[in-house]
Amino acid sequence: MKTILAAIGRAVIEGLSGAGRGLLLLRAIVLQTHHAWRMRREIAEQMQVIAIGSLPLVIVTSIFVGAVTAVQAVYQMQAYVPMKFLGTVISKSVFIELGPVLMALVVGSRLCANYAAELGTMKVTEQLDAMNIMAIDPVRYLAMPRFWAAVLMIPVVTVFCDAIAILGGYVASVMTLDVSSGVFIEGLQMFYKHSDLLGGLIKSFVFGGIIAMSGIYFGMNTKGGAEGVGRSTMTAVVGSCLSVLVGDYLLAIVLFQIVFEKT
Amino acid sequence: MQQTWDIPPPPDQRAPDPATFNGIVVEGVSKSFGPKKVLDGTDLLIHKGETLVIIGRSGEGKSVLLKHIVRLLEPDAGRIWAEGHEVSALEHGPLMDLRKRFGFLFQGAALFDSMSICKNIGLMLEEHTDWPRRRIRERACECLRQVGLEGAEDKLPSELSGGMKKRAGLARAIVMEPQYILYDEPTTGLDPITSDAINDLIIQLQKELGVTSIVVTHDMPSAFKIADRMAMLSRGRIVFTGTVDEVRTTTHPMVRQFIEGRSHGPLGAF
Ligand SMILES: Nc1ncnc2c1ncn2[C@@H]1O[C@H](COP(=O)(O)OP(=O)(O)O)[C@@H](O)[C@H]1O
Ligand SMILES: [Mg+2]
Repeated sequence: MKTILAAIGRAVIEGLSGAGRGLLLLRAIVLQTHHAWRMRREIAEQMQVIAIGSLPLVIVTSIFVGAVTAVQAVYQMQAYVPMKFLGTVISKSVFIELGPVLMALVVGSRLCANYAAELGTMKVTEQLDAMNIMAIDPVRYLAMPRFWAAVLMIPVVTVFCDAIAILGGYVASVMTLDVSSGVFIEGLQMFYKHSDLLGGLIKSFVFGGIIAMSGIYFGMNTKGGAEGVGRSTMTAVVGSCLSVLVGDYLLAIVLFQIVFEKT
Repeated sequence: MQQTWDIPPPPDQRAPDPATFNGIVVEGVSKSFGPKKVLDGTDLLIHKGETLVIIGRSGEGKSVLLKHIVRLLEPDAGRIWAEGHEVSALEHGPLMDLRKRFGFLFQGAALFDSMSICKNIGLMLEEHTDWPRRRIRERACECLRQVGLEGAEDKLPSELSGGMKKRAGLARAIVMEPQYILYDEPTTGLDPITSDAINDLIIQLQKELGVTSIVVTHDMPSAFKIADRMAMLSRGRIVFTGTVDEVRTTTHPMVRQFIEGRSHGPLGAF
């Protein structure tokens, strides 16, 4: 346990010390964004990798997220809270928290590992150097398309997850938990607020950026050979997951205590 | 310049003014990785239009030296000049313009392994010209033909052998008809016949396009065939430079040991 804590602590410290250089990289990526139209094919290709490659993972994760939420909610609510609130509980937890965060952890880890390993391998086999020599900026050619693909696709995947998770919750409630279809749907509609869905989407935009930056930064700064690629991939995924959780907390305060407070 | 000359340098090699010298000047470059000092005040001149071969034992820093010339590595001390521009002080834009005039063959080829060979070779044209795709493909195939790899354009780098990768890397280095080509061990890992064809290609590029070349190699027959001049790197410094004939007849003990391939001598065995 101590060693685990020490490892986490070390990862956090390394993450913070790299954050400065990470921000410089982020700035460089944003400054290259005016080339987005020229790089549209690469961006589309990366988006496709995320969408198609993650599909089975997203579907399975989302169904069970919805179903488990339903089962847990019913268990907690029994005898205290009327079942008509079941739909409300499920939709609010999925839209605000479970959809964005779980997608950022599950799809995000997959994506982050992919970026870090691919760019890390390119670094250690001198492919990034080769690109520099050819007067092609790797930040524009490799980092920028990957960054925007993640920032655009993670919210799309999250919306998809939200829908399937609600469906999963509905099916589980109606088929196994003796909740009638009408009651569930009534609950869904009762306290629905656009700001829940919107807040969740804003979170997933930011998470997309965090995931991409972690993968790209650690990938491009890989040192050593195959072992170095393994190390930077691991660091990138851990860094991405921790940053998503910390970022989730900060965003929760900003979005739901300040921005959406009145609505 | 602090060179250990075996023979007195020709007058034009005595410290020219780097700002007007038409070629490449490496001036007192030092580079360390951690505690390990790889280059330690390296001086070198490369004249326009010549082929300079750099010899030296593996691990002496030959690849590191090549990378400094195109600023893939920044020197800890010293300066590098190309065509009168101080490479280590160039802004981003001029550096990119300079790099477009350089071809670089990496020791490990460094092909982009997610792209087909054709895309690898044509990438620079795609990025820096407005040529239509068909013309880029034709040019890529032409370069592949020059290195004896016709028909490989739609393969992925992982489908090629080591020697074929090297040749594809060479095709990529020459696609923009650069004025300078830096070759890092162009014939290592090739069979003798292919090696000789690559030697001929290097000579042909020099004769027909006036390319200035720096070639790092251990392959002495190849070195003698393609070189105008040779330089030897040892312990972070250029310890000898001379023409091919001077190398053949020199009594410089390090050079003799190297070209004769003896394990006893001033260079040591390990
Ligand atoms: N990026 C790097 N980081 C750390 N050490 C390096 C790096 N590049 C080269 N070296 C070290 O510099 C020395 C010279 O390497 P190199 O130039 O590749 O030798 P060679 O003359 O065989 O081409 C080696 O000892 C190598 O370990
Ligand atoms: Mg080398």
